[in-house]
Amino acid sequence: MHQDVVVMRAVTRSYGAQTAVNAVDLTLRAGECIGLVGHNGAGKSTLIKMMLGLVRPTSGGVLVLGEDPCTGVAARARRELGYLPENVALHPSLTGAETLSFYARLKGQPVARNGALLERVGIAAAAHRRVGTYSKGMRQRLGLAQALLGDPRALLLDEPTTGLDPALRQSFYEIIRDLRNNGAMVLLSSHALAELEGQIDRVVVMNRGKKVADGGIAELRSLAAIQPRIRFRATAGDDNFSDWAAVPGGMLERSCRECDVTTILRSLPASAQHIEILRPSLDELYAEFQKGAA
Amino acid sequence: MSQVLIIAGKEWRDGMRNRWVLATTGLLAALALTLAFLGATPTGAVKVSALAVTVVSLSSLTIFLVPLIALLLSYDAIVGEIDRGTMALLLAYPVARWQVVLGKFIGHLGILVFATVVGYGIAGLALLMTGSEDRGAWAAFAFMIASSALLGGVFIAIGYLISTLVRDRGTAGGIAVGIWLFFVLLYDMALLGGLVADQGRMVTADVLNVLLLLNPADVYRLLNLTATLDVSGFAGVAGLGAHTGLGPAALVGALVVWMVVPLAAAIALFSRRQV
Repeated sequence: MHQDVVVMRAVTRSYGAQTAVNAVDLTLRAGECIGLVGHNGAGKSTLIKMMLGLVRPTSGGVLVLGEDPCTGVAARARRELGYLPENVALHPSLTGAETLSFYARLKGQPVARNGALLERVGIAAAAHRRVGTYSKGMRQRLGLAQALLGDPRALLLDEPTTGLDPALRQSFYEIIRDLRNNGAMVLLSSHALAELEGQIDRVVVMNRGKKVADGGIAELRSLAAIQPRIRFRATAGDDNFSDWAAVPGGMLERSCRECDVTTILRSLPASAQHIEILRPSLDELYAEFQKGAA
Repeated sequence: MSQVLIIAGKEWRDGMRNRWVLATTGLLAALALTLAFLGATPTGAVKVSALAVTVVSLSSLTIFLVPLIALLLSYDAIVGEIDRGTMALLLAYPVARWQVVLGKFIGHLGILVFATVVGYGIAGLALLMTGSEDRGAWAAFAFMIASSALLGGVFIAIGYLISTLVRDRGTAGGIAVGIWLFFVLLYDMALLGGLVADQGRMVTADVLNVLLLLNPADVYRLLNLTATLDVSGFAGVAGLGAHTGLGPAALVGALVVWMVVPLAAAIALFSRRQV
């Protein structure tokens, strides 16, 4: 279960004077769901395109499922790979079912299973309509269906949830969780870390082509060294909280180290109300990493 | 090979869906029928075969129309898919780049072959039903259909080369129109002008042969207007063909080269291109 699905070693890709990806080392393992996060132009898509062999690295080595994706033999590896491009483009004149059977044949997969797949992503009812008439969400679902063809061992999803409504997003993550639990490697790229909360095992943060963080969310929290804050509402008469700052809404707030949280909570008076512990949100965490790298 | 056929099949289906097949077949059939019946009327008294006249007029029309249709079909084939983003997804599948180009080419060629065979075939059938024709003229007619398809293949291949060379679709379209104007109109005008000015001093028969082979539209013209004696008798340029000494085999070979070389170049360029 711990085999390496994608291995990148000191990978650099430059376009003229501009370096899109700068000396990135990255290992993605089977059974892992990884979030690839960075603002627009941070090098996420280039990274994914190098994994697919669409873009050749200027220097460094890429191995996907044991093969260099730029060579001819990589066709074998690509059979076990699913890819959903950013803003997926499909042929508008084909119907959903035709689109899926075209891609299934290219992958050497039986077309008979396509019905179930369309059912799974929730567009079975529109299977015989042309893709040109689909809404953005439906196209995205059809895009996901083609990525899922043949139960891939590696799924590369480039901004998969942009334009999906929240209900759809949940069913989307359910499908991804199933795949991950079955031992597939899933890479999700996104420009917002908060959106991926609870869905991923590991986060890779990119900034201007460089990898600035790589680890579990808890790990990133301790790395970022943003302290948790404690807030509560004091009742009138409790004035011995001079080291607490007053915040709007009649609350008092102070930050502390993670290990002091319990002690501070114990020291609160019995009259304290609405006690809250605020840990840095993923967005704050992300902002912190972007700042650190800049 | 199966990957090539899957892609060709998809291209064909696309052509059926967006009415390309229907439109080109209809256009060619309508023009061929018009020429067959209106263009052949003056033949009655002079006892020349109406079919032979039709071959001459239809092949003159083909030189204008088929390259244009072929370029319109093909200029967008590679650059358009890259632009729209469908190419990145396609290449993430287990297909080699040469398979993508060859598959699309076969699909587009299929559309054009279907349009010429059915479109011109309808005119041929109509002539067959209205009167008997001699076998020689029928052979010339069948040959004209086959070579028209080949001419289409040449310009589809050229369109593919344009499509892999440029960065955006607008440029590809512009170059395609330019190529069409050059080969179909300008080249012959320049050649004629040159011949008149030269008065046979520099441009010997051999040089002229080479100059004619350098334009696939001229190769096609020679091939059809000199193919049979019956036809060449009243084709304006036929006198020229009699002096060229280029046999039909050499001319067909030239068209095949004109098809294979741009296609091979397109495959080689596309293999190196970043998507």
